[in-house]
Amino acid sequence: MDVDISNYVALSAVMFFIGVTGVIVRRNPLIALMAIELMLNAANLALVAFARAWVNNAGHIFVFLVITVAAAEAAIGLAIVVAAFRRAKAVDVDEVARLRG
Amino acid sequence: MIAFYCLAVVLIASAVFTISQKSPVYSVVGLLVNFITLAAFYVTLDAEFLGVIQIVVYSGAILMLFVFVIALLSSGIGPFTEGPNRLPRVLLPAVLTTLIAFGFVAYGALHAPMGALPAHVATSTLGPVGSANVFGSTADFGVALFTTQLLPFEVTAFVLMVAVIGVVLIAGDAVPQTTRGSHAKRRKRRTVQEREPIVKVSRS
Repeated sequence: MDVDISNYVALSAVMFFIGVTGVIVRRNPLIALMAIELMLNAANLALVAFARAWVNNAGHIFVFLVITVAAAEAAIGLAIVVAAFRRAKAVDVDEVARLRG
Repeated sequence: MIAFYCLAVVLIASAVFTISQKSPVYSVVGLLVNFITLAAFYVTLDAEFLGVIQIVVYSGAILMLFVFVIALLSSGIGPFTEGPNRLPRVLLPAVLTTLIAFGFVAYGALHAPMGALPAHVATSTLGPVGSANVFGSTADFGVALFTTQLLPFEVTAFVLMVAVIGVVLIAGDAVPQTTRGSHAKRRKRRTVQEREPIVKVSRS
């Protein structure tokens, strides 16, 4: 079973741009956050594939860092969604367009 | 080879499912399938430990957070925009832009001088000699994390602490306010009164 690394990178690119489309198209902030998670995971897949290709586990450490940042990002993003829902009843990224305190 | 393409089909299909569903709950299910498939990819790429923390952290913690927020927000009045409302206006330009950008990346990926993956079990370049550092094993990962890559590990801890403080500040019970004593208290009381009708609407 020998799969070229370019297959992994191409698969990662496909997944990343599905995430990009999700962020652009969707208005629901929760699904936009999920699309951001898709993009982060696509980057992780490319990192793991490159770490496997050049047998070097620095890529694994980098994936660990990215997973941590993704957890922090999801927590803060969802907190912002909850706070925005408390202030204005609408949860829609177009209606929460004003950053007034 | 066959396993790669089966997993790739599942991965892409679940990603498309995630961003195309009307209800966020279905999107979470698609994202769950996506993350588990990605964990399988990590295992096939000799990164067992990353596969495990992919399942534990993503499928366990982050998706649980998403489901919790969905349940919290949609318990009262229906707050969500139904479906991809922006689709008719921006779907074509978005897809075109995405395809153009994807074309560049795929061209680079397929034309770069990247050969086949090396042999299955190889010794890692990191970590002290003599330990059981088979590439990608948990021992290899841990040794690297606590010796040569200690600074990223510490930065990770700092990032998590910042995230916890930020979440408490943003989504905490009180609205953001200055520490000006009575004025701050008055502001808080008034905001609570303003919030009351929302609660009543959501209960009715």
